[in-house]
Amino acid sequence: MEIASVVGQIQSYTILAVALLIALPAIGAALGFGMLGGKFLEGVARQPELAPMLMMRMFIMAGLLDAFVAISVAIGLMIYFSENKVLVAAINILRTPTGV
Amino acid sequence: MSDSALTTEKYIEHHLSHLSFNLQTMSFGEGGGFWTLHVDTLLTSIVLGIILFGGLRLIATRMQAVPGFMQSIAELLIEFVGNTVYEIFHKKNKFVSSLALTIFLWVFAMNALDLLPLDLFPRLLELFGMHKFKLVPTTDPNATFGISMSVFFLIIFFNIKVKRGHLFKELLSFPFGIYAFPVNIIFRVIEECVKPLTLSLRLFGNMFAGELIFILIAIMPWWVQWPPGAIWAIFHIFVITLQAFLFMMLTIIYLGMAHENH
Repeated sequence: MEIASVVGQIQSYTILAVALLIALPAIGAALGFGMLGGKFLEGVARQPELAPMLMMRMFIMAGLLDAFVAISVAIGLMIYFSENKVLVAAINILRTPTGV
Repeated sequence: MSDSALTTEKYIEHHLSHLSFNLQTMSFGEGGGFWTLHVDTLLTSIVLGIILFGGLRLIATRMQAVPGFMQSIAELLIEFVGNTVYEIFHKKNKFVSSLALTIFLWVFAMNALDLLPLDLFPRLLELFGMHKFKLVPTTDPNATFGISMSVFFLIIFFNIKVKRGHLFKELLSFPFGIYAFPVNIIFRVIEECVKPLTLSLRLFGNMFAGELIFILIAIMPWWVQWPPGAIWAIFHIFVITLQAFLFMMLTIIYLGMAHENH
């Protein structure tokens, strides 16, 4: 009985952690891209002849912003799809009777 | 979905594992820890490099006054990279231009392998007896860290070579003034160490997430696969080009920062 409740807890916290890792950077990235695009449009509105150069710079910045999202999502997915060491350790501890 | 959860998990696990060569026991198989070679990554990247740069060399030796098709493409690429380097360096630099062209073409080619159907190469190679083969090298963090570590050592080398003694003064006095030198040194060390880390993890993260979504799409029943597969593949084409261009651009910018004073 104890094993089932502990396993349930660890699994639920793992899934929550993965979900947070995937969702929270998306908020930051969305805000960042929005501001970036807004400034780009303002700049192009002021000086339309600079549009190609500004667009290239904007894509460079977008790639830099994308980095943190990509790293977090990759780590979250790696945690989700690989073997859960915390879970295995907990199960091993619970299986050996220690007289508690 | 598939028959049982075990089969789905095994499919995903099979597609996420590399063909490893254990250097401690000198045999194929997992378990070497640090001393493992990912043979599939090595093979694919070296073969791609030979094809790409051997092809460019071939085009160069058969150069004509009126360019043919392949020569025009090569000239376009070289001019594009040359202009980008000129914008940052303000003078012609042969080494950085060749390095930038190498990085751009090689990373783009390695990323573009992700657009092939997921099961094509592993099934083909199963006929030859190799049971695990992860095709795209840039989904292996070893490959991306290899490239970014080389760029890191080049940054350090150019810092020392171009700035010599002035480098020591710059370490101590930028950005806070010379009397805050411990803080300056800490900032500088962190800034220099973050560069290869973000370079490689950015590329790895984008490619790994993309490949994983392709695997998840491959698990869906076949009649549902085409719409999400098509949409994700189109977006992935954009991501591939952007990541390769960004790697090249950041390499040029970091090497430019190593050549000049702040």
